[in-house]
Amino acid sequence: MTERIVPGANIDGFAIGERVHSGAMGDLYRVTHPEHAQPLVMKAPRFRTGDSIENLLGFETESVILPQLSGPHVPRLIAAGDLTRTPYLVLELIAGENLETRMRRGQLPAPEVAGIGASIADALHGIHGQGVIHLDLKPDNIMDRPDGSVTLIDFGLAHHARFPDLLAEEKRYAAGSAPYVSPEQVEGTRHDPRSDLFTLGVVLYEMATAELPFGIPTTMAGLRDRLWVDPKPPRARVPAIPPWLQEIILRCLEINVDARYQTAAHVAFDLRHPDQVALTSRAQKSQQAGVFAQVGRWWRARERDPGRGARVAPALSATPVIVVAIDTVHPDDERHAAIRRATEQVLSVSAEFRLVCVSVLGVFGKSADAAPANADSDLHLEHLVRLRHWADPLKLPTHRLSLHVLESLSPSAALLEFARRNHADLIVLGAPGAAQRGMAWWRSVASTVAAHAPCSVHLVRVPERRTPGPTDDAFISLDDLPQ
Amino acid sequence: MILALLSDIHGNLEALNACLKHARNAGAKRFAFLGDLVGYGADPAAVVEIMMHQAAEGAIVLRGNHDDAVANPASYMNDSAKDAIDWARQALSEKERVFLARLPLIAKEDSAFFVHASANAPERWNYVDSPAAARTCAEASGCPYTFCGHVHHQMLYFQRREGAMSAFRPVPGSAIPMRGHRRWVAVVGSVGQPRDRTPAAAYALFDLSRGEITFHRVPYDQLAAAQKIRAAGLPASLARRVELGI
Repeated sequence: MTERIVPGANIDGFAIGERVHSGAMGDLYRVTHPEHAQPLVMKAPRFRTGDSIENLLGFETESVILPQLSGPHVPRLIAAGDLTRTPYLVLELIAGENLETRMRRGQLPAPEVAGIGASIADALHGIHGQGVIHLDLKPDNIMDRPDGSVTLIDFGLAHHARFPDLLAEEKRYAAGSAPYVSPEQVEGTRHDPRSDLFTLGVVLYEMATAELPFGIPTTMAGLRDRLWVDPKPPRARVPAIPPWLQEIILRCLEINVDARYQTAAHVAFDLRHPDQVALTSRAQKSQQAGVFAQVGRWWRARERDPGRGARVAPALSATPVIVVAIDTVHPDDERHAAIRRATEQVLSVSAEFRLVCVSVLGVFGKSADAAPANADSDLHLEHLVRLRHWADPLKLPTHRLSLHVLESLSPSAALLEFARRNHADLIVLGAPGAAQRGMAWWRSVASTVAAHAPCSVHLVRVPERRTPGPTDDAFISLDDLPQ
Repeated sequence: MILALLSDIHGNLEALNACLKHARNAGAKRFAFLGDLVGYGADPAAVVEIMMHQAAEGAIVLRGNHDDAVANPASYMNDSAKDAIDWARQALSEKERVFLARLPLIAKEDSAFFVHASANAPERWNYVDSPAAARTCAEASGCPYTFCGHVHHQMLYFQRREGAMSAFRPVPGSAIPMRGHRRWVAVVGSVGQPRDRTPAAAYALFDLSRGEITFHRVPYDQLAAAQKIRAAGLPASLARRVELGI
């Protein structure tokens, strides 16, 4: 190491300022550079005899993965020092406070937990969609931006699906942070995005109760408890926590990955729509599993060979959020059946989907004194009932289905915004039929959604019925041909 | 500078041309051919002609075991491989046979080592088909980057902290950073006879300035190549392999 990173030094053009943070793996300094106007920080590993290489491995991992990530949920990497000479990373400084600081002020009310949680889930969905699993999520690594969005930092333990995993077989390397790590990480599995969802569950639990669900294990044996011990239900600690939030938290914290939410988008969706959360026995749980259940899990965990029994996470494409737009103002529309058939076809190839049915009511021309105050909610309910009626033949379990009536001046804008916020993978909607083709309004919804959707769009059209007319003369029945 | 790495062409002219075109479009400025130019395929002479031209322009062209067997019949080969070599021997001119016989087994440039099979005793044609074999290969090469073929599957081996290596199956088209402070062994796959049930030709591009390798699969007219193998009277199993990538 030829150059030392200390305040006042200049490394590759970066002037080192004050030290702003000192962590277990390294230090963080404010830096400036003549070519970069935005505030920057430099991350430098701390060297201690015997563990420097481990620190460097995290540095190498982060410096390889960060440049691949884009979007508002990750810091931008500005520069990386030569690992063999002066290892450092220069990142954009994230404005805002980290969640750890915020949580120190005590437990948060449910709406706030859901709001922050949904933003964290957005961020996780953003990186999972780019093939990256964080694997070291914790309040320290979650930056709350002033606009309510969340940025994830510290990708030193992250996994990239298309890169060799430098940490996979480094047995001495930490699996994650003991209070937050998922059961499968304890077993050495690093390729399952659902591990981040377990950890999100720990963070949600901590926000809602100001307690850690599994305490702070300090031994490997304590860490292995993660494989069979379930946490004390949040409502047993804080009775004010609503059942839907406990349902979401405990579903994230399922030991078996298949019993958890399968994607971060699904968690975000439930956190944003508490009224649509399908409540199970999790919501009402008031105590931990009994001794016998835990012994059973312990026995199964002992038997399980993590190498052989490696479970594969379903691909993101197999866990879609599908938004179906239904025009409930015209319940007799012949396209409704066609849209249902198209939806059935789409669902038949998806194992883990969430079907979101949306009706958008145009509010144009409505004046404040035109209807009594309760008319709005009656109208809302009426359309909800129509939506449910449309979806009923699909016979979907409640946790796969949700129903939403939106009101907007612009149906296409409302639909697009809804799809974007809820990480839709596909929008299914009716194309203008023969009857509507002359109507500019209809054309604009289908074409505007198709043009601006954040995802694929499936336009459903009822096949035109041929009506006999003069042009049909060209067709001759086989019966008319000379025998 | 982007270096194209092609191996195990095996007389498949259609696959070679498709890869050369793909590599040039991707900005490749230099080429390294890691051996087994002939054998199995129906166009040994045309492929060797291209190699002579490439070598004259400064490309690295190495000798593989099939190229070697043209001059020195190999007892270890199975019947269809032997038949194909016997056929290639008579299909090649004296000049082309001499070109093959005189090709080097290895090449070394700066931090990169090129070989057909393994850097460990290249003339013994050891397969780099496990992390242990990759470690032996990397230690013998002494370079951060070792590029080889012989095994027809694409694989990237990387050194862990304690020296042992791990295997990574690359995703085609995805650039992978290869930092030079650890050792890497890249098995670039086969241009002319892929065997992973994907007929598309396999090769790799190494971007020296960025320190990134990208493995590629290039679709080509494998039905035409297979038809030529049948028309030449070579074993039908060789045509099937090319058709189906088996």
